[in-house]
Amino acid sequence: MSTLDNINVKVINPLPTQQVDGLSGNADAVLHEIVALLETYTTTGEMGAIDLHSLPLTPADYELLRATLTEGEVHAHINAIGNSDIHETCYPGVWWLTYYNAEDDIVAELLEITSVPQILKAPEEDMRDGLARLRDRLTQLE
Amino acid sequence: MNEPNTLGASLARSGVSRRSFLKFCTAMASLMALPPSAAYAMVDALNRAQRQSVIWLSFQECTGCVESLTRSFDPTLEQMIFEMISLDYQHTLQAASGEAAESAREQAMKASWGKYLLIVDGSIPTKDGGVYSTVAGISNYDMLVETAKGAAAIVAVGTCSAYGGIPHANPNPTGAVAVSDIIKDKPIMNVPGCPPIPSVIAGVLAYFVTYGKLPELDHIGRPKVFFADTIHDRCYRRPFYDQGKFAKTFDDEGARNGWCLYELGCKGPTTYNACATIKWNGGVSFPIESGHGCLGCSEPNFWDKGSFYKPLAVPLADNATAITAAALGGIAVGTVAAVISRKHQSDISKEK
Repeated sequence: MSTLDNINVKVINPLPTQQVDGLSGNADAVLHEIVALLETYTTTGEMGAIDLHSLPLTPADYELLRATLTEGEVHAHINAIGNSDIHETCYPGVWWLTYYNAEDDIVAELLEITSVPQILKAPEEDMRDGLARLRDRLTQLE
Repeated sequence: MNEPNTLGASLARSGVSRRSFLKFCTAMASLMALPPSAAYAMVDALNRAQRQSVIWLSFQECTGCVESLTRSFDPTLEQMIFEMISLDYQHTLQAASGEAAESAREQAMKASWGKYLLIVDGSIPTKDGGVYSTVAGISNYDMLVETAKGAAAIVAVGTCSAYGGIPHANPNPTGAVAVSDIIKDKPIMNVPGCPPIPSVIAGVLAYFVTYGKLPELDHIGRPKVFFADTIHDRCYRRPFYDQGKFAKTFDDEGARNGWCLYELGCKGPTTYNACATIKWNGGVSFPIESGHGCLGCSEPNFWDKGSFYKPLAVPLADNATAITAAALGGIAVGTVAAVISRKHQSDISKEK
């Protein structure tokens, strides 16, 4: 009786072997870029951003980013032409922004390195419009 | 329809918050592979910009291109483009008809002479004095020539206006030609596709309103931001091509396993478009994802390139060495394309 070891098997694989962990190395590159952007922000105050949507990230890369940049202290939800989800990661000043459309598909996903992301701040012009609206309301009530 | 006010003010009046606008610009910048900082530059420029006057002429077409843009699944985001432009003439969409409609075109031309953007969908028949398609008694040819004179730039939306499309297909009974065959003295951008992806139309319009010029174009007039890579370069079935795994019929094991559709006539390797990345119907899928090869609808003369089901005439041998060589060649081409897009990306970021 022949055992499996006795069967002559010849494997011809002309293609480069796939990495077993499914990582492309891009997650690592993103994390190093965050370090550089944090350094820039802390020394010059200049904000930085990384567009995750345009990077070729494998599911494993994405998982690594999620696992490294876990949720921090702040979590915000914005309701403007669809939902937006913004949270600070466990590294203060590193924000994870996910923008959805009305059908809840992701239309943009980025990391911002700054004290407060621009989209969370109330825009001055909108504040002036709001002021006028509130004044009108009070005049009507009088 | 023309307002002397800035775009920022008119957006606020129609109830669009500045946060929504920032979100729109971020999504547009991401779509065009611009750096995230470009979104803030876009918000800034657009807030101060006037609404862009647009005249849209429809010639020998099926209205599919207009349907693509106006019936996109994402009305809140893509239709914001309509807040950024003043669509002064579009005979399918406008309420006015007859002489009132034509006078709207003449008024818009006069009011924004030299500044309006001219969008054209449909090819232009030139045979027998252009009698095969007329609007208000004016031949498409005459209307194009007259309206192009005062345009800042022309955008040919759809394969028909870009390259002649289906009306141009053999035997071309009406002598149909593309916009660029007639107009030679204006910047022309081709946004081909049958129809083009709605976000691509919206994206290039947003670019023009933001920067006041057309984005960088390739050798046949297409914006490189969307047309730099082939469908094949960005196809999720590409690894199967590289491994030499092909579906041979539409119902064999390979087809069920989602293998490469190359041997079933997929035109992905020779078609430059963004379907594989942006996808259709709000990002649901694209033809290859639904199990059918790419028809190459955004390429010139796609209708006359033989059967949609005939494999492309590229040497594809049946021994493993040759397949590997082809695959490696493919990878090399893909890498070059990626480098070109990245280089282009840095060119764009300098423009702000």
